[in-house]
Amino acid sequence: MILTPEQQALLDGAKGEVMAKVVKTLVMYGDTFGAERMVPVTSKYGHTVISFGLKVMVPVYDIYDQLINAGLVSGQKFTADPRPVDDQVPCSFLEKIVFNKIMYTQQARFEEQMKKLGILDDDAYSCTCYLDQMGNKPQKGEVLSWAESSAVVYANSVLGARCNRNSGILELMGSIAGFVPEFGLLTDEGRKATWVVEVRCQKKPEAQLLGSAIGMKVMEEVPYVKGMEQWLGTELTDETCSYLKDFGAATASNGAVGLYHIAGLTPEAKEQGEALIKEGAQVYVIDDAELERVKANYPVIWKNPNAKPELCFIGCPHLSLEQFQSWADRIEAALRASGREKLAVTTVFTAAPAVVKALEKTPYYGKLKSYGAAISSICPLMYMNNPLCKKKAVITCSNKLRTYSTARYYTEAEILDIITGKEGQK
Amino acid sequence: MKQFKGRVVVPGSCTAEALVSPGGFNTLASYQMAIMFGDKQVKCGDQNNPDLYKKPMLGKALCLPMTIGSTTGGMVLYTVCSLGKQPACMLFSMPIDSLAASGAILGDVWTEAKMPVVDNLGEEFLEYVQTGMTVTIGEDGLVTVE
Repeated sequence: MILTPEQQALLDGAKGEVMAKVVKTLVMYGDTFGAERMVPVTSKYGHTVISFGLKVMVPVYDIYDQLINAGLVSGQKFTADPRPVDDQVPCSFLEKIVFNKIMYTQQARFEEQMKKLGILDDDAYSCTCYLDQMGNKPQKGEVLSWAESSAVVYANSVLGARCNRNSGILELMGSIAGFVPEFGLLTDEGRKATWVVEVRCQKKPEAQLLGSAIGMKVMEEVPYVKGMEQWLGTELTDETCSYLKDFGAATASNGAVGLYHIAGLTPEAKEQGEALIKEGAQVYVIDDAELERVKANYPVIWKNPNAKPELCFIGCPHLSLEQFQSWADRIEAALRASGREKLAVTTVFTAAPAVVKALEKTPYYGKLKSYGAAISSICPLMYMNNPLCKKKAVITCSNKLRTYSTARYYTEAEILDIITGKEGQK
Repeated sequence: MKQFKGRVVVPGSCTAEALVSPGGFNTLASYQMAIMFGDKQVKCGDQNNPDLYKKPMLGKALCLPMTIGSTTGGMVLYTVCSLGKQPACMLFSMPIDSLAASGAILGDVWTEAKMPVVDNLGEEFLEYVQTGMTVTIGEDGLVTVE
């Protein structure tokens, strides 16, 4: 890699040993992928995937201390993934002890470090930093130093920004240095599709299932998805963006997708059409049977597979305001149909702090609360790290949460039936 | 016995017993429970990876196509290196992915741990190597499987 004289000086220690290690890390990262140069980070804000003060992650906080003690802070303000604990989420006394006294003992230390390193504010904790209410929405073509698989794939695919699937810690180093190595999804060539996915379903595919199937098939490659126009249209409406948010999160967690193109819809697909598809791209055909096959293969690891669901998480990644409204309307209708006033299963809806604040100004907030729903800005995945959750029958419509926890996956329609008491466990 | 030549991502040499994941290795899902609760054998916690689920990973030659999943992956690898719970080495049949590379580099630059990493070993490598075989890595990226 060819460095500028300024970058070379940093590598040689002009700003101290710690900064030299930061730049060395970025140079090695770039060299591994054949990057020829560093490019400036041009987005207004960064985003970090690390949002938790886990006792076992002390080595991470030790690096942060090294950075802070060396006077190295992020050159741009940044947002972070959601916090791991929240009083709004129902917890037993024992769970509270496990969370606060055993697992997240470093949370206060971590959040103090975040303030010193440059977090935007106390409400900047959400995996959906790119939503309008959160304000960290990069522009098309901007270069990011972000981590959080669902945010990176959204920023690349739906917003047309440019970001590699960076790791936690390293994303902060890019924000500190102000530059990142140019390779992969930062380049025109790296953004071309090596897979064509032909969707031939008879009904609108569940976003989380379609994303899962594609992620498992293409892994880290770039898919160009055809056949979605009839359901998603050609404009990025709030509803469509919510769909793509969940779809992308599943591609990234069930595989390693950092960018997808949807024919006629996402910015680069609209501009370049099938010129985005590389010669020799492989083809994956998805129909309803294929989605059923994928779903049927998810392992159920509850201690008792026939247990009655006792907790439901909706919102991984965090919900948009549009999704809240949709859920409130569907629940209202379903409860009326089942003759109930309250949800049959304890249900936690999760969203960014700013989205929850916006929700509070709508009638939907009161509706959901009146049904007994909890509304939180917690990270469901972090909550589920609690070992006591292994014994709990937790359900979710998030494929990401399913992947990283013992939570059992159901489609949104199935979840609605279960939590409104229409049906017992399916 | 068969030899495969790859690209050295993190230099080093070692001999270890192979642990093979023919599918993508989800770093967070594999390590989160083991490091959270101090599992001395560092058993794989990824229920979606039947080839590795519940198998000890500590000190093994982890043979895989690539890593997948959360962008905490690199941070997790760095942490296992810091805690001395890393595999003996990581051997990729494909070009290394950005998260595994991040973890390997963070481990190399910011810890004292030794975890040689070789990628680009080819599909034949992953077809040949089986869990339980002995793997030896040379400094030049030559991998011997027997």
